[in-house]
Amino acid sequence: MSSSDSVRPPTEAAGWRHILDASLAVFIKEVRSEVRTRYALNAILLFAVSTIVAVSLGLGPIAPRRNPDLPLIQAALLWMAILFAAFTGLARTFIQEEDARTAAALRLATPALAVFLGKAWFNTLLLGLLTTVSATLFLVLLRVGVADLVQFGAVLALGSAGLVAATTLIAAIIARASARGALFAVLSFPLLTPLLVVAIRATALTIEGVTWAAIGPPLQILAAYAVALFTASLLLFEVVWEA
Amino acid sequence: MNARLALELQHIGCAYGARPLFRDLSLRVTAGQVLVITGANGSGKSTLIRVLCGLQRPQHGEVRWWRDGVMRAPAAANAWIGWVAPDVQLYRELTARENLQFFARVRGISRHAGGFDALLDDVGLGGRGDDRLAAYSSGMQQRLRYACALLHDPPFLLLDEPTVTLDARGVDVVARLIAARRRHGIIVIATNDPREEQVADVIIRLGQAAH
Repeated sequence: MSSSDSVRPPTEAAGWRHILDASLAVFIKEVRSEVRTRYALNAILLFAVSTIVAVSLGLGPIAPRRNPDLPLIQAALLWMAILFAAFTGLARTFIQEEDARTAAALRLATPALAVFLGKAWFNTLLLGLLTTVSATLFLVLLRVGVADLVQFGAVLALGSAGLVAATTLIAAIIARASARGALFAVLSFPLLTPLLVVAIRATALTIEGVTWAAIGPPLQILAAYAVALFTASLLLFEVVWEA
Repeated sequence: MNARLALELQHIGCAYGARPLFRDLSLRVTAGQVLVITGANGSGKSTLIRVLCGLQRPQHGEVRWWRDGVMRAPAAANAWIGWVAPDVQLYRELTARENLQFFARVRGISRHAGGFDALLDDVGLGGRGDDRLAAYSSGMQQRLRYACALLHDPPFLLLDEPTVTLDARGVDVVARLIAARRRHGIIVIATNDPREEQVADVIIRLGQAAH
């Protein structure tokens, strides 16, 4: 019955090498599942596209002379579209495991850290796609002129990294709750408010066109937020996952 | 503790809300023995299995797994345990082979492609490895659960309702597996099927004292 002769025994001490390999396996499994079901991708892209198209149709191109705070308003619209689309999709990786009752097998077989890293990488990919599509539509449909696209991209990348770090842990927390939608928003709000305030202001600065010296401090804050949240999530995830 | 393999339960107690399921459960099982847990529906058989594999903490007491003089609590003994239960769902959007490859990789074990085929053959799924689980019947999914549980060649097997949804040939597969594995390991079975009780060396009847 057993074919143990072809098995190399499991790595008992889950060293970093094993954790990274296992997290890559989780990431590949997520991508494969998503490609076959398109559960999260369809939801977040449809949400982002419909929001930005609706805003562009409602407002039309806003001429700078009509509103001096225009860059701030445009940046807020972009980040709201990204945030709400992310809310609809990023929690799915954990909710799907609980709903399909695959979480127990995953818990028993996989180091918690590998689960977190694999899911976080998948969410990064998902949010990267979402942000790219949203930002492109935003620039084209709202006819937003960005002075420095590299600055603009850096703000979006660091803001998205912070968003992933915070929401992946929250998704794991709410996956086993009944009122998930409300709980996700309630738990995310206090964590994401500082990130959004800085991200919106930094995006507005890149639309206005400022020097790298001026955009440096907000970029540092966004990077620090992402690193702090990612580290905290790494430390807390095992407790949340195995609770 | 001199036994090469052993399972110890020390004063285990669990409750569902205010309703106690079982309390003060103590016993020791060693290599070569089969422990059968029986009891009415809702008596806590599956809960006890979940406690043994570390998915649920008992309200009281301790579970200890022993292997070659090393003792581990259930949560740290995952590499030693194979678990088959209706609770264990595999990924429906992946094929059987992809499921096995995934669980092998996250467990940090290396199997060549022929190893997966041999495992699928063992559980009667030969030739169906490239079908997605969504196309599997419930009995085929149960067979694949066995393949997944045996991937890492564990010395301890926890089987919750081991033959549920299986046809006669599937039941034979499980009987052969129990006969082969009990020689070198410990098997724990939660069941209400009198035929499965017959393989027991130790029986826990939940709701009654263990004997």
